[in-house]
Amino acid sequence: MAAASGLAVDKLPKPPVFWAPLVKDAALAALVAVLLSLPLVGLQTYDIGGGALGIRTHFDWVGVAGAVVFAGRLGLRLLHHLWGGRDRRAGPSLARLAAWGNRQTLPIALVGIGFAVALPLLPFSSRYLIDLGTTVLIYVMLGWGLNIVVGLAGLLDLGYVAFYAVGAYTSALLARDLGFTFWEALPFSGAVAASFGIALGFPVLRLRGDYLAIVTLGFGEIIRIVLLNWASVTGGPNGISEIPRPSFFGLPFARSAPEGVATFHQFLGIEFSPEHRVVFLYFVILAMALVTNAFTLRIRRLPVGRAWEALREDEVACRALGINPTTVKLSAFAIGAMFGGLAGCFFAARQGFISPESFTFIESATILAIVVLGGMGSQLGVVLAAILLVSLPEFGRAFAEFRMLIFGAAMVGVMVWRPRGLIAHREPTIRLDPYLAAR
Amino acid sequence: MSDGSGRVPLLEVERLTMRFGGLVAVDDVSFTAYRDEITAIIGPNGAGKTTVFNCLTGFYRPSAGRLAMRKASGQLLRLERVEGFRIARAGIARTFQNIRLFAGMTVLENLVVAQHNPLMKASVFSLAGLLGLARYRKAELAAIERARHWLERIGLAERADWLASALPYGAQRRLEIARALCTAPALLCLDEPAAGLNPRESGELNDLLLRVRDEERIGILLIEHDMTVVMGISDHVIVLDYGRKIADGTPAEIRADPEVIKAYLGEEEVDGTTEPIIVAPAQAGAQSQRQDLTALGSRFRGNDV
Amino acid sequence: MAYFLQQLINGLTLGSIYALIAIGYTMVYGIIGMINFAHGEIYMIGAFISIITFLVLGLAGVTYVPLALAVVLLTTMFFTSVYGWAVERIAYRPLRGSFRLAPLISAIGMSIFLQNYVQIFQGARVKPMPPIVQGGFTVIESGGFTVRLSYLQLFIIVLTVGLMAGFTALIASTPLGRAQRACEQDMRMAALLGVDVDRVISLTFVMGAALAAVAGLMVTLYYGVVDFFIGFLAGVKAFTAAVLGGIGSLPGAMLGGLLIGLIEAFWSGYFSVEYKDVSVFVVLVLVLVFCPTGLLGRPEVEKV
Repeated sequence: MAAASGLAVDKLPKPPVFWAPLVKDAALAALVAVLLSLPLVGLQTYDIGGGALGIRTHFDWVGVAGAVVFAGRLGLRLLHHLWGGRDRRAGPSLARLAAWGNRQTLPIALVGIGFAVALPLLPFSSRYLIDLGTTVLIYVMLGWGLNIVVGLAGLLDLGYVAFYAVGAYTSALLARDLGFTFWEALPFSGAVAASFGIALGFPVLRLRGDYLAIVTLGFGEIIRIVLLNWASVTGGPNGISEIPRPSFFGLPFARSAPEGVATFHQFLGIEFSPEHRVVFLYFVILAMALVTNAFTLRIRRLPVGRAWEALREDEVACRALGINPTTVKLSAFAIGAMFGGLAGCFFAARQGFISPESFTFIESATILAIVVLGGMGSQLGVVLAAILLVSLPEFGRAFAEFRMLIFGAAMVGVMVWRPRGLIAHREPTIRLDPYLAAR
Repeated sequence: MSDGSGRVPLLEVERLTMRFGGLVAVDDVSFTAYRDEITAIIGPNGAGKTTVFNCLTGFYRPSAGRLAMRKASGQLLRLERVEGFRIARAGIARTFQNIRLFAGMTVLENLVVAQHNPLMKASVFSLAGLLGLARYRKAELAAIERARHWLERIGLAERADWLASALPYGAQRRLEIARALCTAPALLCLDEPAAGLNPRESGELNDLLLRVRDEERIGILLIEHDMTVVMGISDHVIVLDYGRKIADGTPAEIRADPEVIKAYLGEEEVDGTTEPIIVAPAQAGAQSQRQDLTALGSRFRGNDV
Repeated sequence: MAYFLQQLINGLTLGSIYALIAIGYTMVYGIIGMINFAHGEIYMIGAFISIITFLVLGLAGVTYVPLALAVVLLTTMFFTSVYGWAVERIAYRPLRGSFRLAPLISAIGMSIFLQNYVQIFQGARVKPMPPIVQGGFTVIESGGFTVRLSYLQLFIIVLTVGLMAGFTALIASTPLGRAQRACEQDMRMAALLGVDVDRVISLTFVMGAALAAVAGLMVTLYYGVVDFFIGFLAGVKAFTAAVLGGIGSLPGAMLGGLLIGLIEAFWSGYFSVEYKDVSVFVVLVLVLVFCPTGLLGRPEVEKV
C-alpha cells in the first residue's frame, strides 16, 4: 500500500525511542508479575502429614517471573515501536499462508487421508503410534461434531461431553444388559444422543451467546452428576466394565474362539497378533471420522446447513426470510449430538470400560478448544488442533503436566491474537461461475 | 376481491396500537395497502413508522388492533398473533433500517438462503440432497436461476461470488432487497431503502421498485424520508406523526395537506393564535410545491424509532 | 421446626458466600455485557491466598485470632484484586471490540489456566486448615435437636451484610459508583463526557475480585479445606445466583445469592446431599429458560 502511494516508508527516519516510558511500562508489568506470583508461586504449600501443611519458599522463581515479564514486555514494546506504522509482518503472511492452505484443501486432504490410511503399514509405525492415532481420531471426530454446533450454527455448546457420555453409556448398557455388539449398538448410541441433543435444544432456544453457553455447561454437569450417582443403572463411580470388543463383522479378534466360530486370524490364515484388533479399531474410527467429515461437507451445501450458517450470521434476518430458528437450532444440536454419541459408542468399545471420570467439563472445554483453535468452521483446522492437543503431552513428562496450562494459555492467546482461529476461512458453498459458464 | 375502485387490497391494518410501558409509539393507526401499488409511510422522526413495520412483520406483538393479510385465494390471514417467521412464509418480506445481510456469506449464498423454504420442501428437509437425488439438484438449480435473475436486475451478477460484507453500501442495500424478493413475497416491506444513497442510486432504486411493482406484481410498502422516492414512485402515501395517522392519500393530496405541512414544519404564532406555516408557492404549479416538500423531507432524513 | 431453623442458618451462611461472588459476576456483566467465566477461579485463588497467609502468620507466631483474621482479610483482598485486574487486562481488554464469543472463550481459557496454575504450584491435593474460629451458641433446643449458630456463621453473615451495605453506598453515592453506573448505561457517552472507561472497568473487576476474595476466606474458615477445583462449582452456583436475582442488578445478586444458598441447604437437608449440585444447575436452567431477566432484572426489548 505504501509503495503504491509513492511513499517509501522504509526510507523514513525511524522515530526516536523514548526509553523512559517503555521502561516504566515494563517495570509496572514486572511488578504485577511479582505480585501475582508472590503468594502462589513464592509460597508453596505441601503436606507434612497429619492434616497439616508446610510452606516452601520459592522467591527465586518469583524473581525469575518478574525478570522474564520485564524483558518480555520491554522487548515486545520495542518491536512494536520499531515496526509501528508498517504492516505487522506476522499477521498478513500467516494469513496469506492460511489462505493458500485453504485453496489447497483438496490435495492436503488427500495427502492426509492417504497418510492416515497407510499409517499402520508404515515402517516406523507401532502399536503405540496406532493407539495415539486412534485417540487423535476420536478427538477429530468429536471436534467435527462440535463444529456443526459451534462453527456452523454458531451455538456455543460447553456441554458437548454430555452427548459423548450418553453415547458411551447407551452402548455399554445395551452390551451389558441386552448383549448388543458394537455395530448393533452404534445406531442406538447415535439416536439416543440425538434425542438428548433435542432435549438440550428446547430450553436454550431463546438464549443468546453467553447464557446459552452456561446452560449447556449446566446440562453437561447434570448428566455427569447423574451418571455418577445413579449407581443402580450406571454403576456410579465404578462405571461399566467388560464391554465386549468389536469383532470383524462376526469374527472375533481372539486367539481362540468357542466351537464352530472362526476367529479373525484363523479366517485369514495368519498368525494371531493382539495388534489386529488395535489396527481394526484404528480403521473403524478413521472411517467414522471420515463419514462425519463427508457429511458435514455435504450438508453445508444443503438447505439445512445453509440455514445453520445463516442463523450464525444473523438470526433476525433468518426470521425475516421465513426460516424457523427453532427447527434450525434443534437440528444443529441433534445432529451434532448424534456424532458425539457415535464417538462415545466407539470409545466404550475401545476401552472396554467407562466411568464418569472420562466425561468431565474439561473434556468439553478440550473439544471446544480444538474447534476454536483450529478456526471455527474449518475442517482442516480441527485436525491440526486435535493432533497438537493429543500428541503434545506425549513429547515428555513436562509437557504432560503443563498440558492444560499451555492449553488454557493458548485459548487466551489465540483469541487475543487471532480471534478467528488459526485457519479461519470460510469456503463458499456455491459459486455462480460454473452456472454462468454453462449457459 | 377489489373494493370497487379496481384496487386489490393486500394488507389491512385496523386500529393498530403499540405501547411500550407508558409510551404509546403507535396510536390507533388504520390503513390499507394494495397490490400493484407502492404505498409509502412517511412522517417526522419518532413518528412510529418502523414500529408499525415491526408489528407487521412479527417482531413486536401489537398491544391492540388488527393486522390482516389478504391472500391470493381471498382468504384473510390475521397477522398479529402469528409468529415472526411465519409471517414471512405468508408472503410478507422485509428489509431493515440497518442492513442485515449474512455478512460472512457470498452474495449468491444470501439469495439462495432466502429460498430456504421451497428448497426444504423440494428436498424433503434436505434428505433428498443428502442422498444425492436428482430432485434436489433440480430445485437447487432453479433457486440459483432465480437468484441470478435478481442479481442481473440489481446489477450484481458479476459480483455473485463476492462476500456480502465486501460490497459497497448501495450494493448491499440492493442485495437486501433482492434477497427479500427471492422469497417470492406478495408484499415487500422496505425500511428506508434509500437511506444513504446518492441521487443516482436513488433513481436506480426507483426504477427497480417500479419494475417490481409492474412486472412481478408485488405490492410494496415502504418507509422513507427521501421525498424524490416517495413522491416520485408512490401511488399511495400515509403520513404518521407522534404515532397517529394524520393523512392518507395520493402524493398530490399529501403535498397540499396542511396537517402534513404542519407536522414537518411546525406552527408559528401570529397575533396570539397559532397558524400552520403554509408554503406559499412562489410560482403556481405542482413542480415548485413538490420541490418545497422535497426540501422539507430531506431535512428529516435520518434514523427513526 | 428446629431442623428447619438449622438449615435456614446454614443456608444463609452459604448464601452470603455465594452473594459475595455473585456481585462480581453481575457487575462485570452489567458494565461490559460478558460473563467472567474465570471469576470462580479468582474466588479459589482468594481461598488459597487465605490459607497461605494463615500459615505464614502461624509460622510467624501470630496467634491472636482477630488480628490474624484482619491481616488475612486485607492480604487476600489485595492480592486477589491484583489477579482480577490482571485477568481483565490480559484476557478481556484486547477483545473488547471482537465478536461476542471471543471474550467467553478467552475467559474459559483463563479459567483453565488459573486452575492448572494453582494445581501445579500448590499441588493437586486438598489443603486442610485447622479451625480458627470456633465455638458458637445454641439458638433453641427442640425435640432433641439443637439448633446452633456458630460464631463463624455469625461472623460471615454480619461481615457480608456490612460489605453489601458499604458496597451499595459506594455505588450509589461516590463518583466512582456514578461513573460505573454511567458506563453500564452507555459506555460511549460516558467516555465522551470524560469518564475514563478503561479505569472504571478495571476497578469493576478489582472490586469483584476483592469481594470474591472475602468469600474465599470465608469458605476456608467454614469448610476448613480448599482445593484447586472449588472455583468451578462455586462459580457456576454464584452465576446462577446472579442470574436468578437479575443479572446486572446489585441487590439482585445479593438476593440471588441468599436464595441459592437456601435452596442448596434445604435440598441437601431434606432431599439428598449427592444431588445438591444438580439442584442448583436445575435452578439455573429453569431461570434462564423461563425468566432470563431474573427477579430484579430489567426486561430487554429486542431492537430490530
